[in-house]
Amino acid sequence: MELEVDIEKRLGSFRCTAAFTLHLPRCGVFGPSGSGKSTLMNLLAGLLVPDRGRIRLAGHTLYDGEAGINLPPEQRRIGVVFQHARLFPHMNVRRNLLYGWRRTDAGDRRIDPEALIEVLNLGHLLHRGVNRLSGGERQRVALGRTVLACPRLILMDEPLTGLDEELKYQIIPYLQRALDDFAIPLLFISHSLREMRLMTDEVLVFRDGAVQAQLATESLARSDMATAGGGYTNMLHLGPPRPVGDLWRYPWGEVELVLTEGGRNGDNFVELEARDIILFKGCPAAISARNLLACKVVGLFGVSNRVGVELDCGGNRLVAQIVPESVREMGITAGVEVVAAIKASSFRRIV
Amino acid sequence: METFLTLTAQDTDAIWLSIKVACGATLIATPLGFATAHFLVFSRMPGKSLIEGLINLPLVLPPVVVGYLLLLVFGQAGYLGPLLRSVDIRVIFTLTGAVLASAVVGFPLMVRAIRIGMEEIDGNCLMAARTLGAGWWDTLATITLPLSARAVLAGMTLMFARSLGEFGATIILAGNIPGVTQTIPLAIYEYTNTPGGDRMALNLCLVSIVLSFAILLVSEAIGRNLKRR
Repeated sequence: MELEVDIEKRLGSFRCTAAFTLHLPRCGVFGPSGSGKSTLMNLLAGLLVPDRGRIRLAGHTLYDGEAGINLPPEQRRIGVVFQHARLFPHMNVRRNLLYGWRRTDAGDRRIDPEALIEVLNLGHLLHRGVNRLSGGERQRVALGRTVLACPRLILMDEPLTGLDEELKYQIIPYLQRALDDFAIPLLFISHSLREMRLMTDEVLVFRDGAVQAQLATESLARSDMATAGGGYTNMLHLGPPRPVGDLWRYPWGEVELVLTEGGRNGDNFVELEARDIILFKGCPAAISARNLLACKVVGLFGVSNRVGVELDCGGNRLVAQIVPESVREMGITAGVEVVAAIKASSFRRIV
Repeated sequence: METFLTLTAQDTDAIWLSIKVACGATLIATPLGFATAHFLVFSRMPGKSLIEGLINLPLVLPPVVVGYLLLLVFGQAGYLGPLLRSVDIRVIFTLTGAVLASAVVGFPLMVRAIRIGMEEIDGNCLMAARTLGAGWWDTLATITLPLSARAVLAGMTLMFARSLGEFGATIILAGNIPGVTQTIPLAIYEYTNTPGGDRMALNLCLVSIVLSFAILLVSEAIGRNLKRR
């Protein structure tokens, strides 16, 4: 998927200029509220007409101001999952889900509704009216409805905003599975760095209606270490836990981690603050931390008076945050073997 | 007592004519009313308020004035007179005239009712439909129309009821010809001007009340049915 955009739109005193090319299947548009993210989304979907410029998606011209090309939204085949689900109130879940599918040419229908309904766990809701759904269910229906239209690209405009903190991350595995299973490229719009990191590999940083930077999501996360009170957060993808005494052991790649909290019998996502990791050289005689991981330093990245130490931990990546003084004292450079000590209670469950 | 609730042939004609006029006016006005309400709710054209005022004019003008204005336009010597003559349509003193007068007088009521319902529709739903591959007409038929169905019904009810009672514009444009343009209100008017016609007038009044009440009941029932879906 290649998305080439070079457009300009003036809305009152607000000016939105966007020029970028995206290649990766999972990209994000990151920026604070009012930075023009939603305007960009409307321009791409064809719900707003740019003042000038060009939009091309996978070789198809969707808009070209000079050539006078402007495909209407229904011909762009760009799916949109809106912030508020925007379900059709007069239709039940099933008719909502199939609305786009029925309007897709038979040749383009590469997604089987039954399979998607299974992935999104909507089977038991099909005949329910959409006004009797919970927030999370509504958003899952909205996602399913968009995916079933078999779009060439899905835009998601803050799809998790407005959901309970608890619910928010329960949807993410559904999002990931739906996009993975059906290989649909994604442009994810959000102001949440955590959501960005869960959903995207590359981000456009949007500010005041213009693209300020285009970089890997990981780089964006690392740059946040410099902000006061900011820091780097490791996001760990763990397997299903098994109880050991009053603690839980989760597989993490080839190694195991000990956590205080139990989790789902499937994929689990947990957060670990980089500053909560203590590095040792050699092994301490006795320590209260339950996780001692032998790691190899892969590299260092420094932002002001904090240093991020990138570790290779049995094939997994982990970033520990320490101060430059410790780096000098311990002689930490790439290739050095260290032990990372992590308390079982330092992990925070997301999903 | 023997004349109580016995209707003459002229009365039955008047009742049938009333129903015909009300049905005709409602059927003609509904698509136009829907289109007008849609335009007023969703269009961003400048000069919209001018059109809005023009549509609402029959609501504030005396119906007799509306009738007279229609006479100026559709009369034999009116602006559209030659055109109507060329396609052989006669409006003055005909059923067509009665339908036209009723439709024009009731139109603002109908547009108002549909508009209120249409303004409740979340415009974002319409955009969502477009991104899902539905074209403009498709969106109109599958989202806008069903979501404003109750309002359209309310508008049709108002229009029908207003047409049953239309008097002023009808008497000017269509006259008061028994069996041709004499609807219930016109028949009642004639009875009250005839010595000893009070009893007959009362009979038609009762018919009018029953008819209007039946319309309300039917409309409520359909409305409830639409809501349940």
